Amino acid sequence: MSDITSHIYVFILAAFLGLEVIKRVSPLLHTPLMSLTNAISAISVIAAIEIAGEARTTLSTTLGTIAVAAASANIIGGFMITDRMLKMFRKRPVRK
Amino acid sequence: MNPADTAMQSFITTSTSVVAAILFILALKWLSAPATARRGNLAGEIGMAVAIAGALLGFHIITFKWIIIGFTIGALIGAPMAIWMSMTAVPQRTALSHACGALAAALVGTAHYYLYFQPGADAPQHVTMAILCVEVILGSLTFTGSLMAFGKLQDLLPSRPTLYKGQNFLNFLILASALVTGFFLTLYPNLRILFPVLLLLATLFGVLLILPIGGADMPTVIALLNSYAGLSASMMGFVLGSKLLIIAGALDGASGLILSIIMCRAMNRSFANVLFGAFGQVQASAVAGEKKTVRSTTPEEAAQIMEAASTVIVIPGYGMAVAQAQHKVRDLYDQLTSRGVDVKFAIHPVAGRMPGHMNVLLAEAEIPYDRLVEMDEINPEFPQCDVALVIGANDVVNPAARHDKSSPIFGMPIINADQAKTVMAIKRSMNPGFAGIENELYTADNCLMLFGDAKVVVGNVAKELAEAAKSN
Repeated sequence: MSDITSHIYVFILAAFLGLEVIKRVSPLLHTPLMSLTNAISAISVIAAIEIAGEARTTLSTTLGTIAVAAASANIIGGFMITDRMLKMFRKRPVRK
Repeated sequence: MNPADTAMQSFITTSTSVVAAILFILALKWLSAPATARRGNLAGEIGMAVAIAGALLGFHIITFKWIIIGFTIGALIGAPMAIWMSMTAVPQRTALSHACGALAAALVGTAHYYLYFQPGADAPQHVTMAILCVEVILGSLTFTGSLMAFGKLQDLLPSRPTLYKGQNFLNFLILASALVTGFFLTLYPNLRILFPVLLLLATLFGVLLILPIGGADMPTVIALLNSYAGLSASMMGFVLGSKLLIIAGALDGASGLILSIIMCRAMNRSFANVLFGAFGQVQASAVAGEKKTVRSTTPEEAAQIMEAASTVIVIPGYGMAVAQAQHKVRDLYDQLTSRGVDVKFAIHPVAGRMPGHMNVLLAEAEIPYDRLVEMDEINPEFPQCDVALVIGANDVVNPAARHDKSSPIFGMPIINADQAKTVMAIKRSMNPGFAGIENELYTADNCLMLFGDAKVVVGNVAKELAEAAKSN
């Protein structure tokens, strides 16, 4: 099986799995869902790391470094704000 | 490099990728309910850490300098926003993060393209080139589109739709040119002059796509941009041959797609209608003829009515977020529940500026989440409800959506606030809402208007209740 075919299979399976899993997410949590999936898709940082780390041309290193910065802003910010939001969803109120 | 090293490196990247993929899926599974949601976030964090560690160990990295610099800049941007940004501003932050994700995809794609021309590099295959073009188009248009959405949400740009003649035709023309350029690049990857053209067309399309979109449509558009950002990451996975990227991007794309479908359904509109329909410019004149009287009331009277009620349902909208009234709403909630009044919140899927926005704001104000009820679940309760309190919501409670075929919102599922015994609506003035549609709820016999800033009005009602409690 060629690479591209197996990749298409992976994509289709992952998309269907995603649809099934995410359909079950309570509407209460749709905002944190968005910030979490955003943080997860910032996994593209590994592609940026490769380009920035290989340092092959000035152009690719520059683009790679900016991409690392953009993706890691999403990773750090995304996970942190998701946790901050999820902490607020309590069943019983906490008196100040 | 000796073969044993290479085998070891590929083992590291493969095994860490598998672990990360599993953890990402578990993260979304655990996010389904508030009780396990934080575990889900933790799983996501661990998955990310494992994948990054694998990348740092497994790739042929020559220098860490640029990686560290990039990471530091990213941390300095991401962390302060996550820590200090107010919950009202979460839609803006989300739009920015879509922009960042898409920017990364577009830049990585661009870098890959130009690296094909380095000595010793293999020329790209046609299939790879086609996917790379899709990645760059999606990444660029999502980048500028999300920046535009950010500008509108942050009030840097007018949030009303910007329209001009031939708009849809021009947009279509630009998108088609971008696709044709991509097609030629796929056939002739060496036509380097075309690549900047592709970038330019896609970034321009992103700007023009969001221009005609109004504030009320932001929840759908943000969800759609989320989906595009995910897809561009997935395409990057195809180009690189990284299954982990394909999976993570597909999950993000699926999530954005589901959310945009939910948002569209909640407005009874199609994608095409949201993107090209320019809501909010519709027939302001058709309804201007009728003049009906409204009854207004005072916070004192409102407090007395609510005190005597046994059930109160609050319907929050974007106006509550704008007025930052959620903490005063919490005071009101405390006052009423301490008197044994049953208080619930009716949440319309498109209330606010992004999916789930109202829930986050009310949770921030420490209102227990089991009091926040979805539209379909709470609607049957309105006929038995004593008071429906509308705070900064408008179109989502307009009964015209149920019966007035000429209304632009006809067919949109609404919260049946009008069926409550008494309706109270907090509003700044009688100006029609965002969509420019007159709301017949306000002129109904059972409706009392509370004019003023939501934060002040709710605060006054809560104060009245507190004073009444003291004097008893």
